[in-house]
Amino acid sequence: MDLKIPNPVRSAFAPTPANDGRVIVNIGPSHPATHGTAQIITELDGERVLRADVHCGYLHRGFEKECESHTWHNLIPYVDRLNYCSGLINDFAYCQAVEALMDVQITPRCRMLRTLLSEYSRIADHITCVAAALMELGAMTAFLYLMTLRDYIYEHLADLTGARVTYSYGRIGGLARDLPEGWLKRLEEVLDEYETYIGRIHGLMDHNRIFIDRMRRVGMLTPAQAVAYGCTGPMLRSTGLARDLRRDTPYLAYADLDFEVPVGILGDNYDRYFVRMREMDESVHMIRQCVDLLPAGPINADDPRCVLPDKQLVYREIESLITHFKLIIDGPRVPAGEIYSAQEGANGELGFYLVSTGEGQPYRVHCRAPSFVHVGVAHLMLQGGQLADVVPTFGSINMIGGECDR
Amino acid sequence: MDANLLERIRHRLMPTATELPVAHGIPVLALEPGQWLASARMLRDEFAFDMLLDVTAVDWPGQPLRFEVVAHLYSTRDLVRVRLKARVSEGAPVIASLLPLYPGAAFLERECHDMFGVVFDGNADLRPILLYEGFVGHPLRKDYPKRREQPLVRYRNT
Repeated sequence: MDLKIPNPVRSAFAPTPANDGRVIVNIGPSHPATHGTAQIITELDGERVLRADVHCGYLHRGFEKECESHTWHNLIPYVDRLNYCSGLINDFAYCQAVEALMDVQITPRCRMLRTLLSEYSRIADHITCVAAALMELGAMTAFLYLMTLRDYIYEHLADLTGARVTYSYGRIGGLARDLPEGWLKRLEEVLDEYETYIGRIHGLMDHNRIFIDRMRRVGMLTPAQAVAYGCTGPMLRSTGLARDLRRDTPYLAYADLDFEVPVGILGDNYDRYFVRMREMDESVHMIRQCVDLLPAGPINADDPRCVLPDKQLVYREIESLITHFKLIIDGPRVPAGEIYSAQEGANGELGFYLVSTGEGQPYRVHCRAPSFVHVGVAHLMLQGGQLADVVPTFGSINMIGGECDR
Repeated sequence: MDANLLERIRHRLMPTATELPVAHGIPVLALEPGQWLASARMLRDEFAFDMLLDVTAVDWPGQPLRFEVVAHLYSTRDLVRVRLKARVSEGAPVIASLLPLYPGAAFLERECHDMFGVVFDGNADLRPILLYEGFVGHPLRKDYPKRREQPLVRYRNT
């Protein structure tokens, strides 16, 4: 058998003459420095990165192609796997797009629960990013503290959804199930734990000389560059621009909540760390408001076009049985049209561009993944830095293979 | 979107149209491929659409102009989006690249080229990004079979 494996990528750099001091070093796709399955081809002069060529796509699994042959509801487990650190935000962003196409109004309780769970997921996502970035810099204690905290959140979400990471909890027109008993009490406990653990992280990292030396003025991005490259989320806010969809064009229940949009000063790695830490604080603040404001009532819209009938009715009356059967086999009929609908994901603007021809299956599903756009600017942040800076800089971009490569 | 801004955009970019269609809050500009870059430039320079959010396409097989290239722009000043659309044919799926206006177009157009085979004139770097060197075909075209496999490393004989 021929064991020669063809190279899946073509480098952007021509081979350089051997005697000019420059070397081309390939990092990845499976390398401790890549923070995920990505490949960075660097041209080095000593330790300095002259040019970088970033490749992604190693986790490409044909998400958009697969979506075209399933019913609208069946896509929910797939969208979970886009940004697998905050699956619930993907669920809700997708459901929001389909609901807008169908003109379905979600219930007040559903709206508030989605807001609460989006913020809860955002904390888990930011924890993952910060923890991984710190671990790669050698801060093992901080990593373990954060992972402990994240596990409290994952276990707590598992009580609600039945899964730790890929929840499949959103439904078009509502949610899979209501809160179990005692869930909100445990939520308060987890948020108290959050304050303890995050306080320790601030104590360990914020004024840590090694941390500052590795992060300050490394991987800098100006506001103009960030906008020109389409950066959103913490990447954009770290440069000082306070653009946040939750504040700018409020969706779900964000208009009713009081929160700040933290921004950075220099757009460097330290600012991205700090913006994420501050955003988590704001998320906790928002979750507490959501708990106070959480209305009683149903979680699913009363809309037989997309919401499954009560299981007891399916067994007892023919109309519900037919509705159930048609929704499962044919899928909900989504009126013909197209929509671009976005939410503020943990990494930035998570948009869904959906095209429907009026069938039970989508004609086209496109996900505007913030990670993919951010990987497109990574070379700019790496060039001019040290080889060792590739690790924290790429870590602070928080490239999530699931949504970047789709 | 604010009606005044919408009217100004229509007046400047689509003077022949009586009204701009708005799909779920986003105005849609159906352009000729030749107007693609110039329209985007007007939107960026005169209407502050300073961010390119996304470039993708939709395949409509059987129609004379098979591919509908779709781009979304965002204004960080006015906090509104606009959608640009242009149809290109299967024989010559070429459209101008938005790279001179938005450097972020490089990656987005590479992906669209991967998936649909649309060529972005002016984007010199259309190497595969989500696919790999040597991949044959464009998987998001409707005539690409979902189950086709193109393993880069041959499967071991069992």
